[in-house]
Amino acid sequence: MLATSSTTLWYTTRATGVVALILLTGTMVLGILTAGRVRSRQWPAFAQAELHKWVSLLAMAFLSLHVLTAVLDTYVHLGWASVVVPFTSSYEPLWTGLGTVAVDLMVAVAVSSALRQRISARTWRGIHWVAYGSWPVAMAHALGEGTDGFKLWMDVLAGLCTVAVTVALIWRISEHRRSRQLADRMSSRTRVVPMRPVVPSRPAGPPVIRSGPGGAARRAEVHALSVDDLLMEEQP
Amino acid sequence: MNSPTLDLPARLLGSRAEPAADLAGHLARHGALDVPRGHPGAWSRSVLEAVEAAGLRGRGGGGFPSARKWDTVRRASRRPLVVVNAMEGEPASAKDRVLLVHAPHLVLDGADVAAAAVGASEIVVCVADDRPAVATAVEVAVSERRRAGMSGPRITVQRPPGRYVTGEESALVGWLDRKLALPVFRPDKSRPLTVGRRPTLVHNAETLAQVALIARHGPEWFRRQGTPEAPGSTLVTVTGAVRSPGVLEVEFGVPVVDILRRAGVDAPLSAVLVGGYGGAWLDGAHLSTPYAPGPLAAAGVDLGVGVLVALADRSCGIAETARLSRYLAAESAGQCGPCVFGLPAIADDLERLAAGRADVGVLARIDRRAGEVVGRGACRHPDGAARLVRSALAVFGADARRHAEGRPCAGHTAPSVLTLPRPPDDRRGVR
Amino acid sequence: MSRPVRVRIRVDPVACDAYGYCAELLPERVTLDEWGYPMVDGTPVGPELVELATRAAAACPRRAVHLLGVPG
Repeated sequence: MLATSSTTLWYTTRATGVVALILLTGTMVLGILTAGRVRSRQWPAFAQAELHKWVSLLAMAFLSLHVLTAVLDTYVHLGWASVVVPFTSSYEPLWTGLGTVAVDLMVAVAVSSALRQRISARTWRGIHWVAYGSWPVAMAHALGEGTDGFKLWMDVLAGLCTVAVTVALIWRISEHRRSRQLADRMSSRTRVVPMRPVVPSRPAGPPVIRSGPGGAARRAEVHALSVDDLLMEEQP
Repeated sequence: MNSPTLDLPARLLGSRAEPAADLAGHLARHGALDVPRGHPGAWSRSVLEAVEAAGLRGRGGGGFPSARKWDTVRRASRRPLVVVNAMEGEPASAKDRVLLVHAPHLVLDGADVAAAAVGASEIVVCVADDRPAVATAVEVAVSERRRAGMSGPRITVQRPPGRYVTGEESALVGWLDRKLALPVFRPDKSRPLTVGRRPTLVHNAETLAQVALIARHGPEWFRRQGTPEAPGSTLVTVTGAVRSPGVLEVEFGVPVVDILRRAGVDAPLSAVLVGGYGGAWLDGAHLSTPYAPGPLAAAGVDLGVGVLVALADRSCGIAETARLSRYLAAESAGQCGPCVFGLPAIADDLERLAAGRADVGVLARIDRRAGEVVGRGACRHPDGAARLVRSALAVFGADARRHAEGRPCAGHTAPSVLTLPRPPDDRRGVR
Repeated sequence: MSRPVRVRIRVDPVACDAYGYCAELLPERVTLDEWGYPMVDGTPVGPELVELATRAAAACPRRAVHLLGVPG
């Protein structure tokens, strides 16, 4: 009896793990495309962004099931602590630990996104950027921890996921280069001020010609502070 | 009331015969000013009422009623900070520098009065870092006061980077607060800017000099010059096609043409740039307009920071406007898309128009883009650029159409009457 | 305090990075200029559009869309 329920749990863990990985890949690809401002004829961009969000939530759902069944399964011992603290499980500490790291990162993203209105935009973005790492870590976890039996199709699946993410990354990088070139071309004859103000080295101001009492004109640089020269005579 | 003339005694600048730059000269000319210390509630109220009754408006370009600014800051719970804005990023303006070198104590008196009225514990004078001589003059004046035993809040001189945008109020406070001189998006202007958590009162240097005079002589005295709607005197920097460019003190209401004549105009003028490089062109046919906010606004221009640049007939208004718009585009803080992209695009079109190499739709395109950029930046920089460009299309309309048809006027190759600072070469960040 | 039935849309131009979601969600009030930046009609939005306006504010990746309550 115990063995049967353990087997059910075990199959569920593996299945939900695979689905979570696929969904995480989908989340990554959609996230890269959204950040890269991909524009589709059929889909408005905001819908794409929301799709990314919904796929990530779905991935979290399957991930939760994956973790739950893994811990409940008594065939291998995984304490609850090892769900969040990496590399502390007695079973396959390395591969399980990688899975834990992925969980931590994904939870961080989920929590920060839920609290998005309350945290600074920079903090949210920083956490999201770090979460890029959750995908390779999850992939490593899947390949290392994933067991016997279906190695081949697992490899194929991993390969397809990797191809998808790589293609998205390549697209994103080339798109980024292209939009930077556009921005540079637009500002090629105008120096666009960098975000931090620069120390100027400009000359001071209008050169001034003054008519002295004898009517002689004299050029005076304001910067040399013959500011006297700037004062108008009161009476002609 | 007499019609305004140029010959009433200058209040701020005095005369060369009686220099008032040092403390002794200042006291001899203006007399001592008694600013009560502690928490002078009744005195604060009375001086605020005096400034309000005098109808003093800011001289830094905003034209905001000065007393109202004090009200906002007084209500705060922490001790405010008074900032003297002498950045003068406008290249065509020299009035604040002149004031600080010739009458620094008048400005410092004004800052003292404002500080006492709002309960501030500190005064910071901000001078652009590429004007060390001006900053030194202020520091000399500050130490003179200290040596003479004058009481009052601590006064320090700071030198923020001298870019066009740094003089903008929120950018200046941003630099004092976080060393980042970038304008801030302020949907709610009723909440004061802060340094740390201290509410900050920012005033143009000339405004504070006027405050010092009002505190001494009262609002009725102040209103003896100028017009009922625009009381008092103001400083104007006159440059361009004039024989004696410089800084004049004028009372409001004097016709623009009189101010120009005093600066020595001997050739017919096609237009005058009013307010600054982000200002607007006044048609040469309207030079009898009184120099005051109301009449100037009716003529389509704004007082701005007190700048008049005379453009002679032989120059090309389109070419000069193209140079100005390129300058303004380069001085964008770079934060807001419409300004970062819109201003250079307008400058591109204007340069082609000036050279007579533009396409047929250029005038409409410039006008559209200028209209679209208004109000879509965090500060008023794009608004100023738009106003300048649109006023050019109006005032130089006939010339613009000829340029657009490929027949530019001869003046477009004439030397410029503008002084445009060289763009900075180094891109060092500033902390 | 009850949710205001009318709101005005304002975009923080410093935060805005031209994603354009606001224009997609609320074309009645937001159009994009030639560079992809929003041009906002400041007319207050009535109850029938408030939900979309709220969604536009939530969807903005830079949190640049602000809704200011209009009394009455």
